[in-house]
Formats: sequence, structure tokens, C-alpha cells
Amino acid sequence: MHHPGTNNKVYKKINENFEWSSENFKKISEIIKKYPSNRIQSAVIPLLDLAQRQNNGWLSKNSMEKVAETLSMSYIRVLEVATFYSMFNLEPIGKNFVQICRTTPCWLRGSDKLSKVAQEVCKTNIGGTSNDEKFTVVEVECLGACCNAPMVQINDDYFEDLDEESFKKLLQDLKDNKSIKVGSQIGRRSSQPERKFDA
Amino acid sequence: MPKITINSKEYEFENGMTVMQACEQAGTEIPRFCYHEKLSIAGNCRMCLVEMEKAPKPIASCAMPAADGMVIKTNTETVKKARKGVMEFLLINHPLDCPICDQGGECDLQDQAMYYGFDKTRYEENKRAVQNKNMGPLVKTIMTRCIHCTRCVRFSTEVAGVDDIGLLGRGENAEITTYLEKTIESELSGNVIDLCPVGALTSKPYAFKSRPWELTKTETFDVFDGIGSSIRIDTRGKKVLRALPRINEETNEEWISDKSRFAVDGLSSQRLDSVYSKSNQKLQKSSWDDAFKLIKNEITKRGKENTVFLSGKFTDVETLYSSQKFSHSLKSKNYDCRFDNAQIIENSSSSYKFNSTIQEIENADAILLIGSNPRWEAAVLNARIRKAYIENNCKIGLIGPKLDLTYSYQHLSESLDYLNKLSNNEVDFNKVLKSAKNPLIILGTSAINHHHGKLILETVGLIAKNIQKNKNINPLNILNQDISRVGALDLKFYNKSFDVDYNAQLKKHIDKTKPVVFLMGLDEVNFSTLENAFVVYLGHHGDISASIADIILPTPAYTEKSSTYMNIEGRVIQTTKCHNPLGEARDEWKIFRVLSELFERDLNFNNLSELRSELTSNFTQFALLNEVISNNEITFAKKSKIENIKIKYNIENFYMNDSISRSSETMAKCTRDILNKVA
Repeated sequence: MHHPGTNNKVYKKINENFEWSSENFKKISEIIKKYPSNRIQSAVIPLLDLAQRQNNGWLSKNSMEKVAETLSMSYIRVLEVATFYSMFNLEPIGKNFVQICRTTPCWLRGSDKLSKVAQEVCKTNIGGTSNDEKFTVVEVECLGACCNAPMVQINDDYFEDLDEESFKKLLQDLKDNKSIKVGSQIGRRSSQPERKFDA
Repeated sequence: MPKITINSKEYEFENGMTVMQACEQAGTEIPRFCYHEKLSIAGNCRMCLVEMEKAPKPIASCAMPAADGMVIKTNTETVKKARKGVMEFLLINHPLDCPICDQGGECDLQDQAMYYGFDKTRYEENKRAVQNKNMGPLVKTIMTRCIHCTRCVRFSTEVAGVDDIGLLGRGENAEITTYLEKTIESELSGNVIDLCPVGALTSKPYAFKSRPWELTKTETFDVFDGIGSSIRIDTRGKKVLRALPRINEETNEEWISDKSRFAVDGLSSQRLDSVYSKSNQKLQKSSWDDAFKLIKNEITKRGKENTVFLSGKFTDVETLYSSQKFSHSLKSKNYDCRFDNAQIIENSSSSYKFNSTIQEIENADAILLIGSNPRWEAAVLNARIRKAYIENNCKIGLIGPKLDLTYSYQHLSESLDYLNKLSNNEVDFNKVLKSAKNPLIILGTSAINHHHGKLILETVGLIAKNIQKNKNINPLNILNQDISRVGALDLKFYNKSFDVDYNAQLKKHIDKTKPVVFLMGLDEVNFSTLENAFVVYLGHHGDISASIADIILPTPAYTEKSSTYMNIEGRVIQTTKCHNPLGEARDEWKIFRVLSELFERDLNFNNLSELRSELTSNFTQFALLNEVISNNEITFAKKSKIENIKIKYNIENFYMNDSISRSSETMAKCTRDILNKVA
């Protein structure tokens, strides 16, 4: 299964440049303050995350090298971390990064169907990016929202209690740039029981 | 001492040992892939599992600290089963390509699979395949064979000090690689080949050359730097196929530099294998008899007492002794070994030796480097400095141009007049040296190869004397770059009249007397100096000097004769003959023996052992092998004013700076790919 986060290759765009935005630059000094001054390399994961957010959701060669230079680490040490965690994407992704949970609870509740819907609506394979670069669809392991299965994560938000129809609508709305509902699609709060108890 | 029970016998062990070390000490061998004495503990191969009482499952003995009262079992069914299981997992993805693998015959995985492995696989799925990575001209990679022990990663990070190799991805996708497949930029990179327990990293120049059981293995010493590392030379017939390090804690630990390891292919190209003499401005093949006659005539014609003898980088003590004796019999004292113009203080052996010994670097907590690039001048020694830097938090100061030494240091100055401040106690680094328990000074020849060399030795001597804490450790260390130098200086193979400016003084003598000059493997020489001389070149490679020689006498290279050297510390080492010399080559001492027959007949030794017993009776320091006689006194400490002299390191190319490595194809590739990188 292809996943842009389980890639061991470094992807480089021609003439691509990476400099910290002034806003992120301020954040960095705050992040680094959390660690002992002789152990600032510990900040590599938060900094990679920051770089990934600034770089449209993926880490390019220059962005990783920038992180390494910021923390005075060698390039290979940063690349080791970036390739170890699947949350760091090492190739360009679409505007919406759709991660469909396929671990047992979600799978029992129909994640296979969601996967099919996603491929149809987004017009791409699992692990691929749509031609309009609006979607990248991947299957992932448990995201920790099992009681509201099946669920998907799109960028930073969870969408729970999905079925084929609601998921289809969700993706279509994203495609049409309409507003969408985050969280449970059937309206329950966090993981409270689905039906009201008879008192 | 705490006690540990291993296989129902009780043994004592030292605090801080691991279970594996305790077992090892008790004579129980434990299989391992990832554990290595000189590297940090990773504990990821799981091959070293043993049973520990009260532990619910087998433990990795390499990572478990031994404790008092522990009960360890290494020969039970559980242990056997555990190891068999680990081995089965390792072999799931390991290819069955031993017949075409260069590691075959000396492979840890192959050996241990014979002991612990199943004879057939239970695995039906496809094996994993991994793309090969480029790691430069020295290390060949077949990454499908990798078992992810990470020894190479730990070596390059910890010992070599270059963060070049890493482990990308995880689980089934884990791959060892260099960053963007760049070349490993270390002088010690060849050691990852020895460390790799499988055939994933093998030697590129040696690829498909031979099988280990076809080779004749000779234990000898290396001559490419001043350390005199312990090595093993593997030969087949008259061809040297490879050089490998031997363990010697006192000099090279387990490592050797890439030059020592890979320059040996230079031994089979550009060789001088017969006598040549010049007639009509052209070198033509000649015979020994004619050459000797010609040399005799020339020496007599040009004046016996004017004859000059100059030694080179690889000149051994036997050659030096016999040529010196021959020279005396001609009533000439015109011999010298200081071709790089490095100055010494006469009659003081501590002015040219590495007095503290190499091993003492490990205990140092402050090191002052003056005009020395140890990374190139003695790569293995630099790894020791790095060890001190990591383990003792050693403070390092450098006087000389900035460079990458693989550890961080305080750059004090580029110029030698900084020594004035140091001797006057004016700078912060004085405090560092004062407060250190074991301070050392390493003085490179680049700092003393000019007319102020003696003053600098005296001033540094003073600084060293002031910081000496331990009577048995002399903190003043001179780092000579050649294996021949210290031995030559100990034989007093130098002439005072060539002091201060070797080339100019030599040229003056040669222009005045037009003598016969014997170049004993000396290629580092100005052509203009020798314009008026009759040059006899004794050497093994058709290198720089061979082109200006009037007579060429072929001699054996360091693998082709047994010879004595003194390394930078004053440690006497004796190399072993690995195979017969090529062509008509003759040992240098035999040449001088024959020549002496034509003159005063003063050389009376008829074989090597007679020569050596005469040598050791005259110079007793050469009698004791592999020992250092330390000289802890600095007799020449003196304060002088030093001028503003900018240091320039005298090695331009680490990979090719002697006649053997200049003839080596591999070293030429390294120069191209590592030093003159094409972006």
C-alpha cells in the first residue's frame, strides 16, 4: 500500500526554496525553549511538523535541511526521523489529505465501503493524489476514535459515524468548497451513546 | 568483587560490565551481530539472548548490566530455541546468495547460521529486495543482504565523527543509506566493511577478487603514516589483494585509515623491477654489475667525502643504518632525513617523538593542537582525540587554519605568534590547560618546518613543562607524518649543516661539490636542488624522483621485506615479508653491502640477523620490540619571541602523498570523488 508518509525517498522540486515564515520563526524559539539548551535536537519532531504545515502538508529536501540547520543537526539524522514517522509526508499531497481508518473496529463498521467511495469521488487510487490536486487518499491504521467507527481524518479534523452517503456528501462538499461539519456526522457529542436511554 | 553465576558456575566480574562481557570473561561465547566492543550498545539483533533466573523470558545479554547474584544460563533448551528463532527471522529476508557474496567464508551470519539456523525455510512469501546505495569509491553495497544491525551507523557517528550513514524508514521498509547517496567523507570509512557482519557493505576495489581461504595471510605493520598500525596483508602469489587491521589497543585499536587499507593496489602498478641507467639522456635497462661499477666510478670521480644520502617516507632502519655506515666509510657525513624541513633539538629525543604515547590521548581532558591536522596526518590518532572529546569532554584548541576535525574545538589563532601569549599566561586557554588533569600538546610538523622551528620547539617545550601534571606523562607530543622519521632521527641520520633550510643548504652543497646523491625512496625533493648531482634512486615506484635519476636501483616495497621501523612514539615495530619482491629488486642494505665491497669493506654483516644484532648493539633502543621507552624530560624549554608566522598544513592530498598511493587507482578515485568533488 502506498502512503506518502512511508516513503524513504527525498523529493526535490526544481528551484524550490524553503525559509521559515516570520510567524513560524517566532514559534520555533518558543518550542526550543521547552528543551534543555544542550538538547535542542529533541525539538526535531515539532519543527518538522511546523515545516510540513508551512510547506503545504509535505516535507521537501530543502525544508528538512532547514530544520537540520535550525537545530544544528546533520541532514541524515533529520531524514531518519522524517522517514520513521508516517505523519511526515515525503512527497507532495493534495489540498485535502484523507486518511481512512481501516483497523478492525472501523473495518467491521464498513471502512471498505468508505474507501471505495473515496476513490470514486476523489478520482484517485489509495495512496494517490487526484489530478486536480484537491485530494490525497490513504488508508491508515487506528486513529483512536473506535467508538465512533467508521471514521476518517481529513487534514487536522476527524469525521466520525460515517456511512457511504454522508461520506460521499462530505467529499463532494469539500470538492465544491462548501462548508462541512466536523466530528460526528450523526450529531452525537464525543462518544456518548448513540441512542438516548429510556429512563 | 560482585559475583555472577553462569551455567551453574560462579564467576567474579567488575562493576559496570554487561552480562555478555561477564559471560565472555568466563569463556562462554555468545553469538551477536549488532554488539561491538568499540561501539555503543544497540541491542537490536537479539542474537545474544540468554536465560536469566527470575526473568519471564530470555534477555539480550549485550544490553543487560551484570548484577551481583545474577544467575545466567546460556546452554538451555530455551536459549537454543530463542536463538534459533532469531536466526530464522534474520534469514527470512536475507538472500541465499552466499556463492556470489564477497563476505562468503568470513561472514558472521554464515557462521552462526551453521550453529543456530534451521536447514530449511518455513517461509513461503517473497523475500524483500532493497535497492543498492552509492557510498563512494570504497564501499560497495548490496543492501538486500543487510540485517539492520546499525554497526555502520554507529561507527560513522561515534568513531569516525561524520554523520553520513543513517537508517531510514522502519520495520520492513528500513534501509541503511548515506544522505542522498553521497560519498562517505571520512578517512576511516573502510572500517565499516570490517564491521558489517554480513555482505551488505563490502570492499569495492576487492570485489570478486578472491576468497578468504585462497589468501596467504601475513601479520605485519602499516607504513602509510607515523602510527605503524597493526595490519594483516592478504596476498595471492605476488599480488597484495588487501590490507586489514589487527587489534592493537596501544596504536590503532581496531581501525586503519582508508589509505592504509586501499592504497595497496598501488603496489602492483608503476613498479620498478629492473636496474636502469641513463645514457644519452634516456633511461635504459642495465644490470646490477654495470650499475655498481658506474656508481663506484662516479663516487671516486666526484669525491667520496661529498656523497649525499637522503632518506624518504618509507625508509626502514636497516637501510638507514647500512647507508649511514657506508657513508661514514666514505668519510662523508652528508646524510639527512628531514625532507620536510621539520626542525629538531639536537640530542633530545623528546623533541621529535610523540612522548605521551598514543593511548594516553584517551585520558586527556585538554589538548592543544599546533600546526597539525591529525585527521590527515594520522587518521587513527584523530579517532582517539575524538574519543577523548566524547568521553572526557576534552577541551581542544587549535593553532592553525580552521578545518573540520570531526569534533568541535576552540580556534585560537592562525599564526604562531599566539605562542608568545600562551607562554606568558595571557590567554584564556592557559586556564583550560592549567585546570586540566591530563593536558596534552600535539605539535605538527607544519609548525616547525621553517627557520623558526627550533624557537617554536623551545617555546612549546616551555609551555608543556609548565602544564606537566604527572611525572610519568610528558605532555609534549610531536606528530611526525612518516613512519621512517623517528627511527632515522634516533640513528642521528641528519647533518647539522642541513638545518634550518634543508633544500637551500643541500643545494649549496650539491652545487659546490657536484656529488653522487643516493635517494633512498625519496620523492619529496626539489628538482632544482639536484641539478648538478649524479642521482642514484633506490625505490620501488617509478614516481617523481625516478624521472630525474641517473641510475635506478629497484628495491622491495614494505610488503616484500622484513624491516624495522620506529613509530612516532618511539615504538619499534618489525614488519614481516608477505611475498617475494618483484623482478630484480634487492633489499637496500644488500646494495650498500655490495657497494662497500668496492670501497673500504666496512660493512661486515652478511644477513639480516647479523645486521640487526650489530644495529641493536650500537643502538640499544631498537632491541625492544613493540614497547615504548618513554622520555619524560623536556630539557630544551626556553622562552623566545616568536614572529608572526602563518601556518600552512603540509599535506595537500591525504589520499595521494607518497609513491605507493600516487600509483594507486583507488586512491586516484578517492581524490576525484571525495577531495575534488564534482557537484
